[in-house]
Amino acid sequence: MSAEMSSTHQKTGMNFSVFALEIILLIIIGFLSFFARGFATWDNFLNILRNASTTGIIAFGMTFVIIAGEIDLSVGSAIAFHGCLLAVVTEKLIGRGYPMLPVILLAIAVCFTIAILTGMFTGWVRHRFSVPTFITTLAWMAALRGGGYLLTNSFPTTPFPEWFNFFGSGYVFGIPFQAIIFLLLFGITWFISRFTTFGRAVYAIGGNAESARLSGINVLQKRMTIMALTSAFSVISAIVVASQIQAGNPTVGTSWEFTVISACVIGGVSLMGGKGRIWGTFVGVMFLEIILNGMTLLNIDEYWQYVARAVLILGAVMIYQGQETRQKD
Amino acid sequence: MDSVKLEVRNLTKAYPGTVALSDFSAVLQGGKVYALLGKNGSGKSTLVKCISGAVLPSSGEILLNDRKTQFKSPMDAFAAGIAIVYQELSLVLDFTVAENILIGRYLKKGPGMAIIDWKGTNEKAAEILATLRIDIPVTEKVAKLSVGQRQMIEIAKAMSYNPAVLILDEPTSALAQHEVESLFRVIHRSREQGIIVIFITHKLNEIRGVADYVTVIRDGRFVGTIPIAEANPKTLVEMMFGDTQILTRPDNLPVADEVVLEVKGLTREPRFRDVSFSLRKGEILGIAGMLGSGRSELLRSIFGADPVDAGEIKLKGVSIRHPHIPFMKKLGMAMTPENRKEEGLIQMLSIKDNLCYASLDSLASWGVLTHKAQEPVVRRWIKELHIKIASPNHPVSSLSGGNQQKIVVGNWLNTEPSIIFFDEPSRGIDVQAKQQIFQIMWELSRKGLSVIFVSTELEELLEVCHRILIMENGRILRETIPEKTSLDELYALCMEA
Repeated sequence: MSAEMSSTHQKTGMNFSVFALEIILLIIIGFLSFFARGFATWDNFLNILRNASTTGIIAFGMTFVIIAGEIDLSVGSAIAFHGCLLAVVTEKLIGRGYPMLPVILLAIAVCFTIAILTGMFTGWVRHRFSVPTFITTLAWMAALRGGGYLLTNSFPTTPFPEWFNFFGSGYVFGIPFQAIIFLLLFGITWFISRFTTFGRAVYAIGGNAESARLSGINVLQKRMTIMALTSAFSVISAIVVASQIQAGNPTVGTSWEFTVISACVIGGVSLMGGKGRIWGTFVGVMFLEIILNGMTLLNIDEYWQYVARAVLILGAVMIYQGQETRQKD
Repeated sequence: MDSVKLEVRNLTKAYPGTVALSDFSAVLQGGKVYALLGKNGSGKSTLVKCISGAVLPSSGEILLNDRKTQFKSPMDAFAAGIAIVYQELSLVLDFTVAENILIGRYLKKGPGMAIIDWKGTNEKAAEILATLRIDIPVTEKVAKLSVGQRQMIEIAKAMSYNPAVLILDEPTSALAQHEVESLFRVIHRSREQGIIVIFITHKLNEIRGVADYVTVIRDGRFVGTIPIAEANPKTLVEMMFGDTQILTRPDNLPVADEVVLEVKGLTREPRFRDVSFSLRKGEILGIAGMLGSGRSELLRSIFGADPVDAGEIKLKGVSIRHPHIPFMKKLGMAMTPENRKEEGLIQMLSIKDNLCYASLDSLASWGVLTHKAQEPVVRRWIKELHIKIASPNHPVSSLSGGNQQKIVVGNWLNTEPSIIFFDEPSRGIDVQAKQQIFQIMWELSRKGLSVIFVSTELEELLEVCHRILIMENGRILRETIPEKTSLDELYALCMEA
């Protein structure tokens, strides 16, 4: 009887804080709609979605990585590297007189293959040699950045035809193509996290890898898959970025890994593993982008966004931790 | 030095719903080693916690050298001269022996005594070790020492505070035989300094080597203190168990002739070697053995959780040399691990998820697992295993030990196994939950499943099993059947090695 009562009490007590992030975001949206000229317009909404896409796509992969108790610091460098690889492979093959469309498709396939292999390698050394993914992906972060410079001789490479900018600047039914990819991947990863054995297994591994292993879950396979998934998402983002600037540029994506990880953390994904939701990450991504957008519209110096992000990350984690301590009491 | 005297008068500790210690009285004299003996849950650790200030007794008093004590915390007890060395060691692995012994008490030198005098510190630590004749270099990192050597360092550290009473909580549970002997020598030297040594154990065969007296506790009550010369296994078992009624299993649990699992010459050095046995359909096979006998390690290796050096496992006609958990699961094997909190459950996830994660693949279709598909099985096990919960969405960490154990069992029953290993399923759960776990095993046997049941509690094995293998030091020494064995015989068999 008393247990039942305390559980209902807990539920009503939690309702607000579970949606705290959403509520704060709505308040900010309300505030900006009122005070920031041009915020509450359809065009600006699409603008926000478009800007959120490149980091947001990766954030969905990163959510799985962090839930599994891992991290991937290489995603920013991966964007630069794969953009450059795409451009260089395209340039080389075009130079030999091959037709454009198959060449670009082949170049994309090359990027995905390499990305998946690097991700699998990270998962493999994590599992077999207990090398923390923090270390391996830190190494990839340096190697891929360097690789981008080496591939392009540190100059942007621009072999792409005009139609290629569809990925980064095109519209379908009036909606930016990259925003469609972003929303599509949101739906797919949301489904995976909630309704597939893979998703459940990722939570189990992040919650307690030994229990998961003793339950017959193939931990190695899952670890390799999530790291490869995030690398593959980086390639998607890399294509969008390369398309936007119509070039392979080794300087893009610098420190994007922090934006991506920030979005996950703000969305409630626990760096201790086992906890997090794709929806939370989506809200986290939108949160960061809306703050940035609002500050631009309000004519606030763009460097304040870093301060805002700092406040957000700390504030969000303090709220989540506060919830947990209360639950324990 | 005057002889130390520790007296416990009418000590009682009641917890809500249970009395852990009941009117316990005893007198202990300095210069002697007392083995405190009692089965699990007999109140050994509560008694020791009261003496060492970790637990406040409900009533009764503790007198040290005829003076009444009032310990409000372990610090108080420690200041009064009561030192305790726990099973989980408190050493800093990356520090040297000297640093560990004198931690917080380093010798200082220089202006304002601000600089640590390492030479002096090492010399002082060496002196402390020398009095106990412990031959370990003080500059060695503790990480490089064996578990037995670490125990000795712990004792040396405790002794360096000149305690009146030294309490050792199952110090030998993780030690090899030769290490046990050198540890005993260190304990004897500590005793020579006139102090009382209380040595907690449940290993009958060790007592003779170390203790002067044996004090037996049962159901929170003082049973008696006898000199070691009078302590033969039969007397001790009688004192520990009283006239415990051994329950017997239901008689409608037939064992078929069909062998479902055959293990031949299985070896994993140094845990176990040359282990062979077979398991029949419907059989409940017990493995008796003390901690460190290799019983859990054997189960883990058969299940594929740990590697195998040599030998063969035959399961459903398939010969397996290197088992792999997902494969063994597919062949119908299941295991509820020894440490349910850290190996059997995912504490932060819900009860519902914890009931399903061994059977994710079979519950899903094409990799898609809806919450709807989970619900019937969750409801089924909650009902069949009598799991008491408010909601399946609550975290599993909110449940009692017994209910958590049932969740682990349910998680595996979901995979529809034909063989299931229970590794210490009754540890830390109440009597009623224990009986329910036994009922579950019998029910499984009735349905034709085969069970291997490992337990340190020999009376449980006698109650539950068809047949019992006795394991010691990584080998199966013999087998016996409960109908032909009494509890003290089984104890004697386990201790023979």
